[in-house]
Amino acid sequence: MLSVSLRHSFGDFALDLAFEAPPGLTVLFGRSGSGKTSVINAVAGLLTPDAGRISVAGRTLLDTEARLNLPRHRRRIGYVFQDARLFPHLSVRQNLLYGQTFAPRHARRESLDRIVALLGLGPLLDRRPGALSGGERARVALGRALLSAPDILLADEPLASLDDQRRAEIMPHFERLRDEAGIPILYVSHSVPEVARLATTVVVLRAGRVIATGPAAEVLGDPATAPGLGIRAAGAVLSARITQHHDDGLTELAAGGGRLFLPRITAAPGSRLRVRIAAQDVILALHRPEGLSALNILPVTVTGVRAGDGPGALIALDAGGEALLARVTRRSADAMGLAPGTSCYAVMKSVAIAPDDIGGPEPT
Amino acid sequence: MAEPWFGPAEWQAIALSLKVAAYATLFSLPPAVLVAHALARWRFPGRQLLNGLVHLPLVLPPVVTGYLLLLAFGRRGPVGGFLEDCCNLVFAFRWTGAALAAAVMAFPLMVRAIRLSIEAVDQRLEEAAGTLGASRPWVFATVTLPLMAPGIVAGAILAFAKAMGEFGATITFVSNIPGQTQTVPSAIYALLQVPGQETAAGRLVLVAIVLAMGALLLSEWLGQRVAARVAGR
Repeated sequence: MLSVSLRHSFGDFALDLAFEAPPGLTVLFGRSGSGKTSVINAVAGLLTPDAGRISVAGRTLLDTEARLNLPRHRRRIGYVFQDARLFPHLSVRQNLLYGQTFAPRHARRESLDRIVALLGLGPLLDRRPGALSGGERARVALGRALLSAPDILLADEPLASLDDQRRAEIMPHFERLRDEAGIPILYVSHSVPEVARLATTVVVLRAGRVIATGPAAEVLGDPATAPGLGIRAAGAVLSARITQHHDDGLTELAAGGGRLFLPRITAAPGSRLRVRIAAQDVILALHRPEGLSALNILPVTVTGVRAGDGPGALIALDAGGEALLARVTRRSADAMGLAPGTSCYAVMKSVAIAPDDIGGPEPT
Repeated sequence: MAEPWFGPAEWQAIALSLKVAAYATLFSLPPAVLVAHALARWRFPGRQLLNGLVHLPLVLPPVVTGYLLLLAFGRRGPVGGFLEDCCNLVFAFRWTGAALAAAVMAFPLMVRAIRLSIEAVDQRLEEAAGTLGASRPWVFATVTLPLMAPGIVAGAILAFAKAMGEFGATITFVSNIPGQTQTVPSAIYALLQVPGQETAAGRLVLVAIVLAMGALLLSEWLGQRVAARVAGR
């Protein structure tokens, strides 16, 4: 459990926020310049705020009122930097073991062998960081942080500098850590697919303040927070269960009180996973459409309508108990008479849902 | 019968020069790292003054530096007298004095090279080491120091070459005593004072050139090797 409250002035920019992160993976989400990295640096002890209190797992790291400010090397944090920051003069093995030598013996939960197996680092151990690819560097940085036996794992956009393929390679590791590591993870990101797939809790930052916080599905599915996320990023996260793989390359899932057909997902039938559905990929119809190429049609009920300043409107929907979000024009919303309580159908193209938006299997 | 290239006096000068330069380099290395680190990283009152002081021997006439050393480290000088009383350490007119003069003259070169290498060390790596549990001294020993190794090596070799060639301050401070304080440059100077010794002087001149050139090449080569190792290639 992480608890943070901070005030800090950077001249023309001020940070003034408080939040609590329950166990699991908490994403600090916001555009660049919203103060995300400053918050994570304050937790790590790389930035000393003007005022504030930070505690992790019952240990106070910073309390400006009590004049307590633990130096970074005594905070027991594992920090995965965006640029990896591996030591160039040490081998991968020495990099991995660097933090472990400073960790108290009783706190060491992970062994080198386990981390090497978990992250697939075996063939890299004797290489130098200069000879690694971006994805390999990110994995070594993650392993190094975990081996330092931290009370909390901090990650500052660890995937931002990677291409799509590498990102797809690293993301499952964070999913697994979220579900298995047993330590809280504070993860900075401005990528909606990352939030949708990884977050247990989302803290949305804007101009140094928290504008929304809560479970990922709630925050992302709430039309009120959508403008803060960026309208193109708006979308809901459904919890889905794989029911069947079809021969034509589609996977059938049960979600939102109906069936979804998505391009082949490599997970066994019965697995649970998250699917993010962007608001702009959802079409609404008052009657069940026929003769349509789109395969996914879910019966839904309108729970809220939020018209923006522009021509668009966000429609909050209830799909079999789960929140869904659709972005349509105000003109359509008016013409269809969409209002809370209206029953209609949400239509989604299978191919509109990007692989990035589909999470790995979660423990049941 | 062919005349031998060097007489015992010349060999003595060469050996003494190597010894003086080695001691000068070895003993000024730790303070040079400390001063370079302070100048590169710390902000303290008097930082500019320290910077000026370190660089003074580079611009001061060597004879002035030598005279000041004589005043301070002579047997009746404040520092020299104290060191003789407490540690039985005498600098005046001994090879130790030649080493001190060489060290003082080479110090600015060494500090400059090391300071540049500290400034090139990525402080974000030091931050990372801190978050992994390393205290400041450990960060310095395990990250900063290895990463600045190329600069230290280059600075040391440059200082060694400079110490080999030091003349003005040395001859002012410890004179030109064969076997005691007569280094290669002093020996060349002495030979040139006597008519007919040009050939002997020329041989020593050749030695000086070879040693200086060798040091420069070695410094370049070692610097590249260490840089490659540190960069993880």
